[in-house]
This record gives sequence, structure tokens and C-alpha cells, in this order.
Amino acid sequence: MSAETLQTPVFDRDRALRLLQEYGVYAALIVLAIVAVGLDGHFLSADNLRVQLFQVSPTLLVALGMALVIGTEGIDLSVGAVIALSASILPLYLGYGLPVALPVALLLGAASGAAGGAMVALTRVQPIVATLSLMIGVRGLAEIVNGNSAKPVNQAGALDLGTGALAGVPYMAWIAAAAAVLTALLVRRTTFGRQLVAVGDNRTAAGLSGLPVRRVLITVYVISGVLAALAGVMIVGHGAEADPANQGINMELNAITAVVVGGTPLSGGRVRVLGTVAGALFMQLITAVLTQHNVPNSYTQIVEAVIICFAVYASQERGTR
Amino acid sequence: MAQEDEQAPAAPAPVLEVAGVTKSFAGVHALRDVDFALRPGEVHALVGENGAGKSTLIKVMTGVHRPDSGAVRFEGTAREFRNPLEAQAAGISTIYQEVNLVPLMSVARNLFLGREPRRFGLIDQRRMNREASAALGRYGVHVDVTRPLRTLGLGAQQMVALARAVQVDARVVVMDEPTSSLEPREVETLFSVIRGLRERGIAVVYVSHRLDELYAICDRVTVLRDGQHVHTGRMADLQRLQLISMMLGREMAAVRSGGTTAFDSARHERAGTEPVLRAKGLSVRHRVHDVSVDVRPGEVVGLGGLLGAGRSETAKAVVGALATDAGTVEVDGTPMKRRSPAAAIRAGVVMLPEDRKAEGIIPNLSVRENISLAALPRLSRAGIVSRAKQDEVVRFFMDRLRIKASSPDQKVSDLSGGNQQKVLLARWLCLSPKALLLDEPTRGIDVGAKAEVQALIDELAADGLGVLLISSDLEELIEGSDRVVVLKDGRVVGHLTGDEVGEEQLLSALAAADPQADTSADTDADTDADTGVDAGAAAPGTPPTTKESRR
Repeated sequence: MSAETLQTPVFDRDRALRLLQEYGVYAALIVLAIVAVGLDGHFLSADNLRVQLFQVSPTLLVALGMALVIGTEGIDLSVGAVIALSASILPLYLGYGLPVALPVALLLGAASGAAGGAMVALTRVQPIVATLSLMIGVRGLAEIVNGNSAKPVNQAGALDLGTGALAGVPYMAWIAAAAAVLTALLVRRTTFGRQLVAVGDNRTAAGLSGLPVRRVLITVYVISGVLAALAGVMIVGHGAEADPANQGINMELNAITAVVVGGTPLSGGRVRVLGTVAGALFMQLITAVLTQHNVPNSYTQIVEAVIICFAVYASQERGTR
Repeated sequence: MAQEDEQAPAAPAPVLEVAGVTKSFAGVHALRDVDFALRPGEVHALVGENGAGKSTLIKVMTGVHRPDSGAVRFEGTAREFRNPLEAQAAGISTIYQEVNLVPLMSVARNLFLGREPRRFGLIDQRRMNREASAALGRYGVHVDVTRPLRTLGLGAQQMVALARAVQVDARVVVMDEPTSSLEPREVETLFSVIRGLRERGIAVVYVSHRLDELYAICDRVTVLRDGQHVHTGRMADLQRLQLISMMLGREMAAVRSGGTTAFDSARHERAGTEPVLRAKGLSVRHRVHDVSVDVRPGEVVGLGGLLGAGRSETAKAVVGALATDAGTVEVDGTPMKRRSPAAAIRAGVVMLPEDRKAEGIIPNLSVRENISLAALPRLSRAGIVSRAKQDEVVRFFMDRLRIKASSPDQKVSDLSGGNQQKVLLARWLCLSPKALLLDEPTRGIDVGAKAEVQALIDELAADGLGVLLISSDLEELIEGSDRVVVLKDGRVVGHLTGDEVGEEQLLSALAAADPQADTSADTDADTDADTGVDAGAAAPGTPPTTKESRR
């Protein structure tokens, strides 16, 4: 029946909404950038841009994983806790150097993701419940490992990862950009990407078509966990301290916001990688602009809330079709 | 249209009457000029196959849908119910297939939901519990009414729903497949409650596809087919065979072959070959009992049966989409160890599911992505999809099946039903399967696409594929199949081979009394559910009636 309705000419409002969904986030990002520069010419300075990139890179990494999870009609609330876990484990292994500590952290992220994915895929616990319990448990674990106090980090490798730059662009930003490109390729070109979207769009049909539904789900959560762990290493390196009690707090929400603002519907079946990048940049920029012009933090939050509502509304219209 | 066969002068004025009602959804007629009259104190069966319009008619009577034209009269006056609540307030209660209550609330709360007895503005718990116990007692349900509803058995829950429906001072109670989840004993209780209602002058509309139940409890019957009224009369005056032929739109007179389907009348060669697919003793709890089916290469085997006979469940059990309690499946003589759709696909057995939208298409993906979905691992190297290979396969099947899409990039949900079905067929055919299970392959698609799909089935069989065909379109089943296995209540009740493959034989096999004797022997859950999907299921423009073909 929907075929008939779609063949009839679309309303202007519908058309506008679809354009908004497709390109809105990019347009908004450009407009915002112009406004930011207009308000303050200094905004374009290399220093300021670098600051923005340092701040947005970990969020973007986490958001990429989140976009994949959301593409399967899931959600991963545990990413902030995984960052904390990563932070707690680093001081223990950084003594052996970053080449040892980093893989250990990523492995733990993968394990946490596998646990969440297994709950979702095997026991069919709702993703929000599965990852909520994981979020609580993993943060607790992180605090146990760490012993509840912030630890200074001065290992050169980690500091370099968190603060160094190549050609004026932070390593962190290079890594996030590479992750974005890989994620885009994963979604568009690989068997796995296609299966992921199919599972999110119509799990029953995907299963009946012989797709490895469980494997796809578990893998998606593992990817999300690894990216979150990587973001954790960056945050520790950047801040030169490991503070599991505070690092990664609200990261899951920031990541979800970036994904949603980027136009990926929460109903699954679609992953917009470039949109997620734009969404993360947009949220970073709006916060930066408001703070730099001395808007109180509370007002900034309200603006963010309005943007989220608007983005969800816009992406929802698509879902009901 | 109304062919009232008993013009008894004493017939009381109808309590609820539907006159000349037409209702269409997106241009598809779900009901066409339908008349229906319900007398006080009668149990009136409403029967018809999928897409006949039963659900739509009920929804028109209960205020869920408003008719495009025609009138609903209740107790003599024309009424236009705007929502189910208004109809309920007027005295029309509905009990749906699935119990429609709040599982976590107590039994008593459920019973009084929305009209709790109050005291000082608060719910009077004690009075409510007392009255609930008394009310349920009258239906033979003796339970602690403070327990959460979900702790009750399904039968008891159904009784609570019934008690609730009747308590609202109902004049009319509509029951849509009330027994689909009941045990035989519970069916008996339900029947005695219905008899009680009848004595109190309450009219009951009883929808069920279980013929045994209809004959056991109903006074009169109305048959619908393809949204049109076919017959109304006394239940006892209508023989089973007549009833079935009315539901399916076939006359008992000799039926000419070579009618409107696109099947070649020649049977396929199949002599002596070993079965490519052999299912032995399949059982699925409550749904399928000890069903065995063989399919040889190049053969089309039909699965016949009425709604709820277990045809889809059998197909799903074969490919491992439904967990089986017993039975084996062999492909080319090799038993399948792991049972899952993925394993079946690897073995070369694929199933086109009945519900295209829910189980088939991936709506947001393109035609190309939908076609290549199941074949992805074969079209990839190291996990990267080979675009060249994919495009080649997609182009080949879009040509071969004449899939009409603006491009392979078009979203599959934008295609017509027929083209969506072809996309799904392409998804399976590009796996070069050995056996193909088709569940209602032509339902809901237009005439042209239907003929094309039928011709394709012939072609595939001629190429040596083994085909298992499920179709509610009797003509399609008979003309398309080389053999027919007849199912009823989840059991094989007949085999038609060679010259026996005919409508007459199939109808008699279907009408044969239940081998399991007593009236309510089997209470298989019914997943061919037709809740509210009549509109979608009514094949646009292709009513399976074949008046033309009989000439």
C-alpha cells in the first residue's frame, strides 16, 4: 500500500523534510561555521581549530561505533564506562610502553562490547537494558581497578598520542578521520556492512535470508567497544591523567547526539557515517561558539536540547514512512 | 445479494445490521456492498478465507473503520461509531484473537478497567474484588482475582476478556478467532458461556476457520469472499462441502482445467528420480503434527489446506525457521544436522515467505541490495562486495524476471507488490537452489505479475528445481501442482496424485471430518492470522474467484 502513496506526488512539506534529513546537518554546519567566523575572526586561527579537533576527536570515534550499533536498531550506553575502563587499565601497562598498553585497553573494550553484544544477540535483552547494565558494571570495575583516585600519566607515548600533531593536525584527529573513512567503507562496501543494515531494517527477513544475525550484532557491539577504548586512551593522553571516576561521563549521550543530529534514524536500517562526522562537528562547534561568547553553560545545554529534539523529529518522519 | 433462505415470519428484528457497506483501502476493495444482519440471541458464524473481508466487516461494525458507503444500524437506528469505545458504550463488545488486557494488573483490575467502583474518589478494592470473583464464577473461572492476569492460563484470560466484554451491558459480542489459543477443555467452557449468552438474548458474531467449532456452536452463518457477501443461512442447512466451496469460490460441478492461470497444463517429468527434499515426521508444537513431504527434482508439490491448516508452519519447519519437536529433513539424501535458514540455504533449500513485508523485503535497501542479500558471501572476496559480480547477477535476474524498477538503486519499498515479490524470488534464485518453497507466491500482486510468477514456477520446475507450492488460490494450486499433499489442523489428511489432482478431490479431502474425532479435538494456534490484514491480503485486482474460467 505504501507503494501507492509514494507514487502520488509528494507534498512540498514532505519534500522539504526529506531534503532537510539528507543535507540539513551539512547546511547547518556550514551556516554555523560562517556565523562563528562572523562573530569572531579569531575563530579560524590554527590554535582554536586545533583545540576544537582535540575535543571532538574522541567523541567522533565513539559516535562512529554508536552509528553502527544504532544502524542495527540498537544502542550502546556502555561506551562512557568503557572509556573509564580504558583509563583505569592504562596506568598499569603504560610502564611497558604504549604498544603494550594500547592493545590491552582495546582488548578490554572488545570484551566489554562482546558481553553487551552477546546479551543483545543471544538472550534478546533489549539493547538499552543490556548496555545500561554494562555501563554500570563496567564503570564499577574501572573504579575498582583504579582505586578511586586520579593518576597522573607522564608516559611519552600516551602524551604524544593525546597532544601531538602531524602537519598541524592532531594525531587524534588523523585517527578519527581514518576511522571515519574505514567505517564508511565498512558500511558501503563490505558484506558485513550490508548485513548490518539489513538486520537493523528487518531482522526477521534478514534471519530468513540466512544472514548471520547474531554474529553481526555481536560484532557491531565489539567495534563500538574497541572504538570507545581507543577514545579512552586518547582522553587519558590528552589530559595527562587517568581518572576513571570522571572520564567518559556522558560520552554515550554525546555520541548518540552526534549520530542523531547526523541524520541516522534510531529505528535502524540506515547508517550515515558522513552525517555522523558532521553531527559531531556541529555539536562541538555550537558548544564552542556559545561558550566562547560567554553564554552560561546552562543555556548552552538548553540550546543543545532543542537541536536534539529537532534532529530526532526530522529523522523520525522518515521512519514512519 | 442477500439470499436469506429462511423467510420465517417470526424472525426477530436484527439487533445489528450492516447494509450495503463498501470499504476500500488505497483503492483496494476490502468490502463491496456487503449486507449482514445479526438477530438477538443468535450465534452467527462469519467465515471466509484470508482477504475475504471478515476482519474489515468486524471493524466496520465496531467503529474501528468507517464505511465508505452503506450504513450500520444498531437496534433499529442508523449509527456511526467514531471509535471502538463508542460502539462499546452502545453495547457492542469485541474480543480479539489476542487477549487485549493488561497482563501485569490484577484480574479484578482488568475486569473493571476504566469503570472501577469508587469510594471517596478512590478505587474500592474490596468491592471490586468481590464483584470480580462473582462475575468470573459465573463463567466457571475460580481464581484469586488479585493475581496478575498474566499468571492465568490463556483460556482463563480469554474468559476474563469475555466477562469484561459482556459486563459492559453488551447486546452484541464479537469474537474474532476466540479459540485460537485455547485448549480443548477451555473451548468447551467457552462454548457453554456462549450458550449462556444466547439464552440471555445476546447476539454473538463468531469468527473462526475451524469448521467443527462452527457446526458445534453456531446457529446461522454468513460467508464472505473477496470482500463480497456470498451466502447467509442456517448453519445446519449448509453441508461442509458446500461451505468450503463457497469460501473458496468453487462449484462442485466439474471444473474445467486450463483456466486463468498461466501454468502449462502438461505435468512435469519426474518418474523414478529420488527426492531432492524429504521431510519426515515434522512436528511443531500445537501447529504441525507428523507431517511428511517429498519433493523430487522437476516436480511441483502443492500443499493444500484451509487457513490455519499448518501449511506455512510446515514450510518454515522445513527450512529451520520454526523450531521442530520432531522430524528430519534430508536434502539429496543427506540429513540436515543443523536446522536454521542459513543451514538450509547452504544445503540448497530456500523459502519465499508468506508475508512479503514483514519477512521478506528489507524496505530501506535498494533493489540491488535486496536481490544480492542472501548471496553476499558468494559475491564477495575477503568480505568486500564485488560490485562487478553483484551487478552482473542483479542485471541478469532483473531481466529474467522482468523486474520493473527505475534502476537497481531504487528503494525496494517503492516498488509495486508484484515487483517486490519478483525481487524476493530473485534473491533466492541467484543462490541456484535445489528446492524452492513458495508460500503464497502470488498473493497480493497484480494479474500480470501473477501470470509471470506462475509461468516462472513452471520454468523452474522444468529446469529441474523441486518446488513446494503453498497457495490459497485453489486454481493456482491445482493447476500448478503435480501432486498435492492436503493438510488439516496440522496433519496430512490426503494425497492427490496424477489424475486425482483436481478441485473436487481437494474439496472432499478438506471437508472430510476431522480424523481426530471429537469436535474440538485440535486447538492449534493459528499463525495464518488474519487480524486486520484483510485489506492488504485482498489481492488487488485479482480475486481468486474464477467465474470467467468456468464459462
